[in-house]
Amino acid sequence: MTESVLDAITVSVWRGNARQGGFQDFQVPQQPSQTILDVVTWIQRHLDASLSYRFACRVGMCGSCAMMVNGIPRWTCRTHVKKVMQDNRLSIEPLRNLPVIKDLACDMSEFFEKWKRAEGHFSGRDTRAQPVAKISPTDNARRAADAAIECINCAICYAACDVVAWNSEYLGPAALNRAWSLQNDARDGRQAERLQAVSADGGCLQCHSQQGCATFCPNQLNPTASIAGLKRLASVNFLHKKYRERYG
Amino acid sequence: MVELRLYLAQRISAAIIAPLVLLHLGVMIYAIQGGLSADEILARTRGSLFWGGTYGLFVLAVALHAAIGLRNIMREWWQVTGPLLTGLSWVFGLGLLAAGMRAVAAVVGTS
Repeated sequence: MTESVLDAITVSVWRGNARQGGFQDFQVPQQPSQTILDVVTWIQRHLDASLSYRFACRVGMCGSCAMMVNGIPRWTCRTHVKKVMQDNRLSIEPLRNLPVIKDLACDMSEFFEKWKRAEGHFSGRDTRAQPVAKISPTDNARRAADAAIECINCAICYAACDVVAWNSEYLGPAALNRAWSLQNDARDGRQAERLQAVSADGGCLQCHSQQGCATFCPNQLNPTASIAGLKRLASVNFLHKKYRERYG
Repeated sequence: MVELRLYLAQRISAAIIAPLVLLHLGVMIYAIQGGLSADEILARTRGSLFWGGTYGLFVLAVALHAAIGLRNIMREWWQVTGPLLTGLSWVFGLGLLAAGMRAVAAVVGTS
């Protein structure tokens, strides 16, 4: 099939660095089953080799290629052009709420630092000398952990969150969702420390339950529900502690 | 733990405000069905321990709830922090409490 001018998409790509930048327009031919990542790759290979962006797996597993597409955070490797294009135009920007390195690549350091601050790592309660823990897949806590576990760290929820935009200390939906998953893992041994970390200033209590994270999560996770779980856990834990202090 | 205390205080105050608003609206709609003047309403509320307690509790809960909410807004939207944030929240909360209690006194006061 020959490509006519009518088949071209006008793509406005954000170019620049942490200090300055702006949109640059490119004409990209339409292809069947074309994804946003295909468009960006086509621009880099055929029009401007200096365009910087990040990707790895191209199949929605690694969480590397998230960008703002027409103002909405999306995983670009699994987003079809036909579904999001408006009047044959696309705008592609780096993820919101993260510092830009260059063009479409942003610095994910603070995103992962916040995972650490939220105690987002598994810390086994048992040693290898002990028998393997038996956990029923139908156990309520395990179900809650499973519901939150399929996060691919794409930072789409982080970009969608207004609280992150307002408060740079806020841990964000992904880190808190991870913390909730671990709080429900019976094998984890740092639940008291983690609960303290996520109830501190900048933690789960700052969430306004606007649900931008749940709306845009490409894996249909619901970080708002996870954060609500953490709020409940923190509140109940605090009241229990106060009751024990007073009445023994 | 300040954040957690404020979070709980705001939720508990909301749980107090919600039924009191419904009580206020319900009684108001019920009471005026036959036509009641302001004097007739005040004749029923003046000296009433029940209405004094109800509206006093409502004002207290609102002052607490609104001051914590405004504190959040000041932090997030205007980046106010530290003693200024605490001071402004207290001023707003106490101002609301004083204005509310003055209104309660006017409704239940006997003088």
